Amino acid sequence: MTTPQHLRTPMRRVRGLGAAHSGTAHFWHQRVTSIAGIPLTIALLVIVVALVGRSHATVVQVLASPLVAIIMLLFVINSAYHMWIGMQEIILDYVHDEKWKLLSLMANTFYVIVTALACCYAILKLSFGV
Amino acid sequence: MAELEAGAARARPVSPHLQIYRPMLTMMMSIVHRITGAALYFGILLLAWWLIAAAAGPNAYANVEWFMGTLIGKLVLFGYTWALLHHMLGGIRHLIWDTLHGLAPPEREWLTLATLIGSITLTLVVWVIGYLSLGGPR
Repeated sequence: MTTPQHLRTPMRRVRGLGAAHSGTAHFWHQRVTSIAGIPLTIALLVIVVALVGRSHATVVQVLASPLVAIIMLLFVINSAYHMWIGMQEIILDYVHDEKWKLLSLMANTFYVIVTALACCYAILKLSFGV
Repeated sequence: MAELEAGAARARPVSPHLQIYRPMLTMMMSIVHRITGAALYFGILLLAWWLIAAAAGPNAYANVEWFMGTLIGKLVLFGYTWALLHHMLGGIRHLIWDTLHGLAPPEREWLTLATLIGSITLTLVVWVIGYLSLGGPR
């Protein structure tokens, strides 16, 4: 048996590579959030269509009801994670300059957290009525 | 080495890219899936604006209602509805493909056409229901 050149196995070298320097977890999470997104998107459309043209008081009352608020929160959180992975994938495909890649990946994270938190805060404020 | 000097770069053969292939529905819908995804990425700002305005009060909500009532607002909202439904149906198509089903030539063409026709049809259905429900109780 020949002496190995180094102690790392080929598997070790394969792991942790790719443009994002991580494995296939995001690929799988994108599928999980896409499946969750199907019923949540249908529910969102039903809620929004039901509220089109209604008075502000009615809209507040419906959005504050627990079932609707929980569905909205789930939609926002699920979409935010799905969006974050998706935009990261787009950035890694098209932005090759290390500096711009780093900055745009960071901007993606900030944008997703800010929009998701803003939506969640508004839903919770409607729910608790303060 | 004169041909390697700056400004004397020769056009070298490169591997074929998109423009060399005949446009096909599957590749069109592939890029449309990414474009609709990116559009929805920014489109969630509409949802955020709507929710924040509803939480802020009647005046802020009236501003959203005014914008959504304008022609541009309606076009944006119509586009958002289509992008959402198209991305959802395209996603379902990708989930089917992930299971190694529907990849044969006739099936993949049929599936791709179905997502396009389905998204347009569903968008129209959602808007017709939306307009019909406008006459309901306030």
